[in-house]
Amino acid sequence: MTEPVNAWLPADAAALSVGADAVAAALVTEAARRGVELRLKRTGSRGMMWLEPLLEVEVDGVRAGYGPLSPEDVPSLFAADFPAAESHPRCVGLVEEIPFLARQQRLTFARCGIIEPLDLDAYQAHGGLAGLQRAAGMAPERIVEAVTESGLRGRGGAGFPAGIKWRTVLEQAADRKYVCCNADEGDSGTFADRMLIEGDPFTLLEGMVIAGFATGASEGLVYVRSEYPHAIATLRRAIELWRDKGLLGADVLGSGRAFDITLRRGAGAYICGEESSMLESLEGRRGEVRVRPPIPAISGLFARPTVVNNVLTLATVPLLLADAAAPTRYAALGEGRSTGTQPFQLAGNIRRGGLVERAFGITLRELIEDFGGGTLSGRPVRAVQVGGPLGAWLPASSLDVAMTYEALAGVDAMLGHGGIVVFDDSVDMARMAEFAMAFCAEESCGKCTPCRIGAVRGAETLQKVRRGEHVADNIRLVEDLCEVMTDGSLCAMGGLTPMPVLSALKHFPEDFAPADDARTHHAAQVTS
Amino acid sequence: MDTQPGRQRCAADADEVRGICVRHDRRADALIEILIDVQHARGCVADADVGVIAEALNLSLAEVHGVRSFYADFSTTPKGRCVVKLCRAEACQSVGSDALAEQLRARLGVEFGQTSRDGMHTLEAVYCLGNCALGPAAMVNGRLIGRADSERIDAMITEVGND
Ligand SMILES: Cc1cc2nc3c(=O)[nH]c(=O)nc-3n(C[C@H](O)[C@H](O)[C@H](O)COP(=O)(O)O)c2cc1C
Ligand code: SF4
Ligand code: FES
Repeated sequence: MTEPVNAWLPADAAALSVGADAVAAALVTEAARRGVELRLKRTGSRGMMWLEPLLEVEVDGVRAGYGPLSPEDVPSLFAADFPAAESHPRCVGLVEEIPFLARQQRLTFARCGIIEPLDLDAYQAHGGLAGLQRAAGMAPERIVEAVTESGLRGRGGAGFPAGIKWRTVLEQAADRKYVCCNADEGDSGTFADRMLIEGDPFTLLEGMVIAGFATGASEGLVYVRSEYPHAIATLRRAIELWRDKGLLGADVLGSGRAFDITLRRGAGAYICGEESSMLESLEGRRGEVRVRPPIPAISGLFARPTVVNNVLTLATVPLLLADAAAPTRYAALGEGRSTGTQPFQLAGNIRRGGLVERAFGITLRELIEDFGGGTLSGRPVRAVQVGGPLGAWLPASSLDVAMTYEALAGVDAMLGHGGIVVFDDSVDMARMAEFAMAFCAEESCGKCTPCRIGAVRGAETLQKVRRGEHVADNIRLVEDLCEVMTDGSLCAMGGLTPMPVLSALKHFPEDFAPADDARTHHAAQVTS
Repeated sequence: MDTQPGRQRCAADADEVRGICVRHDRRADALIEILIDVQHARGCVADADVGVIAEALNLSLAEVHGVRSFYADFSTTPKGRCVVKLCRAEACQSVGSDALAEQLRARLGVEFGQTSRDGMHTLEAVYCLGNCALGPAAMVNGRLIGRADSERIDAMITEVGND
């Protein structure tokens, strides 16, 4: 073989976690041994995690995939007519024709897994910077209007319209304003922020600069959790690169407007994802939640007007500014007031886990069954937690719910950051309810009593229920506690912890009943 | 990197901590960053370090102490040479992280949150490593492991031990 072979292999943390670097090393060694000129690029992940490490090679101008690969697979890959090794057992065909990917609507994640994360030319060749270049010539009001018109809502959990938040910040007169990106991504079952930062960090930077132009802010901060060392390293290099290229600094793109971005790390506190706690942390303090009002848009970081947005919210902004019709196109996707696309994340006991970006309105069943292929264990799906540790548990009979903010609220659930965690029939839901309370007790910032004390009491009481002590009385006590936490907590940590607890009680009462055969059966499976 | 347990502190230690503060322009809002760097460089943020930081940043001891105690990443005594973090959040529970937790406790001979007596291993529970589609997830000295089991964690412990 004399033709050079173009190949791509993710360096995303998930791919690394299952041996991508060892595969890369084996590829380089084997190619050298056979005299093949291999042009291997390291990308983000496509989000088909069950196929990682997923190697892509160019065959007749399109990309064919091989995965999940181990270093041991590599020699046979070259032996089998590489790169067009269709007969190889790890060949998955053309990557973009894999149903999991083909059926997605990749907008926010359009470039993730395709280009090298820090290649600015490739970024521009794939549509990057179009939004910023256009925004640089627009009045702030027009930028805010475009975002408002798109219907984009916050992807961090609360779903607040981004345009309205930005308008509030724009309207404030202040000596300084800030854009703070929330990359604390603490919810179990979520990894979209991490994937985007590792796979296409320029998109986030571009969205932050546009947010600065739109609101009159000239300083940006990204708060990244310490559990994401790979994302931190990539983002750091991305920021430096943008500074070198004049895309950050005193005169962005020659627009005469200034904007710079600083990366700040978290230090292992779930509550620091709550926006006011994050602001406290960014000021160098304990992550204690602030009393509202004022809202951050009026008085946020260092008491200045501050945009706080999630990674995905900000990363969606550039495409909304790319051309005049973009907001209308985006708003046409989805259902009702849930406009656009949502990066859903399939996690837990799932055969094909990963990232699915689709317009709002797809059902939970389609996501879990069609995309996810059911459970990894092959056992029946029994319970699904949507929206992170503060989200509701849904039973298998509720899977036809449409994934929109409104439809989920209709079944006492919430979308949160789009995480979907699947459990099979070995799950003990009383245990999961206790875990929800214990997690809240562990992660509470301690500022208000209903949460600080309530969660500890809740976990203790659920333990008693699980031991079969005064079950009916103790369940009533838990329900009362939940009411106090819902009504009396300062923030959604204490305020929403009742959601997983009460939904578990409502949909899986049999798991809370005094020990009978069914219960013992479950417990036995869980501990086995 | 110095993570020897029970090591005596000296003036050079204070200089190192002061140097970290200076690198962050002695800014009080950078306190978390400073504590992260101190934890990383010294394996812990000892009481003596709190004093040095408070002085450099012109904060009270109570303020720095309060921040150190709020965040899970900071420890007052040195962590082991090899820090094993196991994700115990929901998605990883759904694929057996509880059983793996038991195996690790037995294998390393330490409870969660503790460091082995020889200063070799620290075992920590974490809540989500962002690898929830490839659980159980673990991290050994910053290296992420997907579909973790005791063998793969053992192999990584050996690997980082050779670094
Ligand atoms: C306990 C708690 C944890 C949160 N964690 C996060 C998080 O990790 N990332 C995030 O973007 N938002 C998180 N939020 C929501 C933020 O408070 C805030 O609504 C969001 O960052 C605003 O950005 P958005 O409008 O773009 O969603 C959390 C909220 C609570 C109450
Ligand atoms: S509800 Fe919990 S986390 Fe929120 S402010 Fe109160 S104590 Fe802090
Ligand atoms: S829940 Fe374990 S990695 Fe996310």
